[in-house]
Amino acid sequence: MNKIRVFLWIIVILFLQILVLNNINFSQHINPYLYISFIFLFPLTKNRFIFLTAAFFYGLILDFFSDTGGIHAASLLFVAFFRLYFIKLFFRKNNIDYLLFNLHSEAFGQVFNYVVTITIIHHFMLFSLDNFSFNNINIVLLNTLYSSIFTLVLYFLGSYILRKKQLH
Amino acid sequence: MQQLIYFIQKYRYFLFFLFLELIAFQLIINNLSFHKSKFINSASSITGDFYSKTNSIRDYFQLDTENKELLNENLILRNKLEKLSLSIDTSPITKIFEKTDLRQRYSYIQGRIEKNQFRNNYNFLTINLGKKDSLVPEMGVINSKGILGITENVLQRYSRVRSILNKNSKINAKLKNSNYFGTLTWDGLDYNSTQLLDIPRQAKLKVGDTIITGGMSSIFPEGIPIGSIDNIVNEASIKRIINIKLFNDMSNLKNIYVVKDFDKQQLVNLEKTSNE
Repeated sequence: MNKIRVFLWIIVILFLQILVLNNINFSQHINPYLYISFIFLFPLTKNRFIFLTAAFFYGLILDFFSDTGGIHAASLLFVAFFRLYFIKLFFRKNNIDYLLFNLHSEAFGQVFNYVVTITIIHHFMLFSLDNFSFNNINIVLLNTLYSSIFTLVLYFLGSYILRKKQLH
Repeated sequence: MQQLIYFIQKYRYFLFFLFLELIAFQLIINNLSFHKSKFINSASSITGDFYSKTNSIRDYFQLDTENKELLNENLILRNKLEKLSLSIDTSPITKIFEKTDLRQRYSYIQGRIEKNQFRNNYNFLTINLGKKDSLVPEMGVINSKGILGITENVLQRYSRVRSILNKNSKINAKLKNSNYFGTLTWDGLDYNSTQLLDIPRQAKLKVGDTIITGGMSSIFPEGIPIGSIDNIVNEASIKRIINIKLFNDMSNLKNIYVVKDFDKQQLVNLEKTSNE
């Protein structure tokens, strides 16, 4: 049941990204990339092949719709691979805890660190691949900063509202 | 051998990650080069239909402005026609028209933009014309206000257009009041302005001069408006950059025309002939 709900949310976020969030273009370059919550929603499993493949194709679908070659796939796959290391680093979890791991039940400070780190790495990778040269590095950094703030505000607002609904 | 299997066992996730990442990079590099971007693009029938459906809903909200724009274009064309018929009526007939004088060189195919993009460094548009409308790669795409791009991938019902807001885009352009020509490029910063390079230094430029297409290539007909000179950087040096303010608002596009050149094959063959 829980897995089906996660799957549905991932699909909803994909359409939200393609239809709404990709068209915001606030001051030309700044866009929220809420689809990064795929990384936070996807359940932790021992076998990581499924997760890596899913992340790759999830990014590829976005590339398909936004004519960007493979930049979403490459950057989403990158953070997908390093997710486990960040979970170990920020939450101090072992292999045994993976099955019961849930972001909602963790302390907000740790979740905040984890989400912010992954988002910034993903956005930096995304914008530098879009730029694809060492020129204009200051623009890449500025875009990363602004878009990350945009994404993070949306993500935390969304997860707060949805979590509240679950409790009642 | 055992060591090797052990190595693969230990690093299997990392190797899998590297493998997928390499595929992604290959796709990115393919996307940047002109003729290779076959696999991942929004001109496929799945994504094309998807954008087409969502656009048909959005269109209702823009009908008013679109109508006004089309009326405006009609007005300009009507005025031109009136002037032309006047000049034909009053000019004394001094020569007999040959058959070749009346031959049409360009024809236009009307279409619609399904997906507009101006945010990235390498921007592409998706249009609802394809092989069924006898489109081929490297045809010019314009609208009533100016040029938009060049077709790149042509599929059955949709095609992908490389926007002039693409860092790889190079279009022949010239000044309206003289015949000096240069190359229109984009630096990826502002979607309202493009850059004109390689204009000879003796060309006299003023802010506000109109830039039109040059007609040196067989893609755009000569004289389609592009924009006006906004400012000139490095005025007196070899690295002179002329910033052009586009007539089009690239963030708000709907109706387009694709230019079909009947003489294209002849021109291409002529340029292929050897120099000796």
